[in-house]
Amino acid sequence: MPRDYKITGFLSDEELKDSPGIPSEARRKKSPVAAIECLEDIPCNPCESSCNVGAIIVGEDITNLPHLDGEKCVACQTCVYICPGQAIFMVDESLPDGKATVMMPYEFRPLPEKGDLVIALDRGGQELGDAEVIAVRQTKRMDQTATVTIEVPKDWSMRARAIRLKN
Amino acid sequence: MRIEEHPILGHFEKGPKVQFTFDGKPMEGFEGEPIAIALRSNGVVIHRYTARRNEPRGMFCAIGRCTDCIMVVNGRPNIRTCVEALKSGMVVETQKGKGPEKAME
Amino acid sequence: MHRYEMICVGAGPAGLAAAVEAAKHGVQVIVFDENERPGGQLFKQIHKFFGSREHRAMERGFNIGNSFLDEANELGVEVSLNSVVLGIYENGAMNVMVGDRIEQVKAQKILVATGASENMIPFPGWTLPGVIGAGAAQTMANIHGIRPGNDILMVGSGNVGVIVSYQMIQAGSRVAAVIDAAPKIGGYAVHAAKIARVGVPFLMSHTIKAAHGKDRVEGATVIQVDDSWKPITGTEKRFDVDTICIAVGLNPMTQLLRMAGCKLTYVPTLGGRIPAHDVNQETSIKGIYVAGDISGIEEASTAIIEGRIAGLAIAHSLGYLDEDQFLDQREQQYQSMKGLRSGSHGERRGKAKKYLNAMMKG
Repeated sequence: MPRDYKITGFLSDEELKDSPGIPSEARRKKSPVAAIECLEDIPCNPCESSCNVGAIIVGEDITNLPHLDGEKCVACQTCVYICPGQAIFMVDESLPDGKATVMMPYEFRPLPEKGDLVIALDRGGQELGDAEVIAVRQTKRMDQTATVTIEVPKDWSMRARAIRLKN
Repeated sequence: MRIEEHPILGHFEKGPKVQFTFDGKPMEGFEGEPIAIALRSNGVVIHRYTARRNEPRGMFCAIGRCTDCIMVVNGRPNIRTCVEALKSGMVVETQKGKGPEKAME
Repeated sequence: MHRYEMICVGAGPAGLAAAVEAAKHGVQVIVFDENERPGGQLFKQIHKFFGSREHRAMERGFNIGNSFLDEANELGVEVSLNSVVLGIYENGAMNVMVGDRIEQVKAQKILVATGASENMIPFPGWTLPGVIGAGAAQTMANIHGIRPGNDILMVGSGNVGVIVSYQMIQAGSRVAAVIDAAPKIGGYAVHAAKIARVGVPFLMSHTIKAAHGKDRVEGATVIQVDDSWKPITGTEKRFDVDTICIAVGLNPMTQLLRMAGCKLTYVPTLGGRIPAHDVNQETSIKGIYVAGDISGIEEASTAIIEGRIAGLAIAHSLGYLDEDQFLDQREQQYQSMKGLRSGSHGERRGKAKKYLNAMMKG
């Protein structure tokens, strides 16, 4: 029985639920933390080798799924722009007033600007609603993979994974 | 159709802007790029019409293998425009079938 | 008649990796490539590679390509561009067309690394301007800096289909949908996810019925297929697109090998008729080696490793590398390869490769 993502192209909430790369809700509420949405056994381990605090483990067999130790993660953002599959995000549910932030890798141009209002999209490309861009980051080390952080209602924190610019 | 700033590749290095004609119409492109690219940037995607059924053909493989992009250039037919470099003053024409019988020198 | 110790046909990742490896050990190498620039498909790959550090993970394809060229230059590897190898004859003799001249060359060892060409599926309207191969879309966008079209239908959901779809969005085009007659997406999940989340729908079990338009593509009709690949009437869906991109697989370009009499065998997993070869990448004709997509459709990273293995084997057989060093270094390459040929995608290919090795004994 093929998994949904092999037909739809994106992971469902069900498929992500028990993923070793997703931090617990408790951890997400504490402070920003990585959320690794990588569920296929592709030989790949830049996330592990780029993490300076050893929070991501792939192991000797590089087809293993990356395992995130939420307690070790210091939200340095490196894995977000390093991942060749752009499958890593950073989520922060510690904000007050029912808000959260989601940081995503971004390889399109033009880049949005801080303060811009954009449309948040879920994994399937469905529009969730408006969101404000609160940070855009691009350095030489990131090699053209910028990161964009948006502020969203808390219940979008594990759903908003892309943006559409307003014209 | 030209990509001004590519997210990964930035700006594309091109030669100087040059003039050429397509079916008598003046057009602009960059020296050294494939004629087909210069045409496409001007909205031209039909390169030739087939001999028997007069059907339109345009770029298909873009690497000089399929011959769908062949045109008459400076009087010579069967020029693979997706690999042939654009030069100033080139006369580019839609090829009908096999093109003109005698090529200009 | 120019004589060389080693001739590489093809300056893609496999050919360049082999030339660099052989040259490192002292072999005199020339690489012939029919294109006006080297690198094969590598320079069109603008995404970051997977694998691990040793596989050049995190580096973008075109940057890896540039580093190979630099290395080749430093080692004095001759790269002859606009050079079409016309044939391989007996005793390592070859004809190559350089510009307008035909030259006769001879090599002690030949590596054929000519890569693959794209498959096609004919359908009504497929000859209309606007129907292009996925490779063409990459070439136009990433080499020449022009969008192939504004609204694109991608036919094929293998890695080429999903990667090129993403590249088209990066180029500023819209991808209306990715369709595939197969029930499951063929490419990596993360590649599919990148385009799904920006709104590109996947239509599995759908094939293209027709392209519409007077002088160019103006639309496309797709249709669902059943378990026996038969179109189901009444399930037609119409897309308003100006470009239809075909990404339905690659198959090795083996003309030179067939001319030389190399044994080929049918391996669908690897793209069609593939040259049998041993663990040194040598074919059934002694002195002729293969590496990269010509020896089975895989990836740039495996092409590079195969190229290195062939380069080492050639250096060894020419006496530049002693047995122990050769076996040791070859083993290192195989260890590196192991990682790439594992997991659900890689394992199948690894098994198919072993089958090709076994075919040498037949």
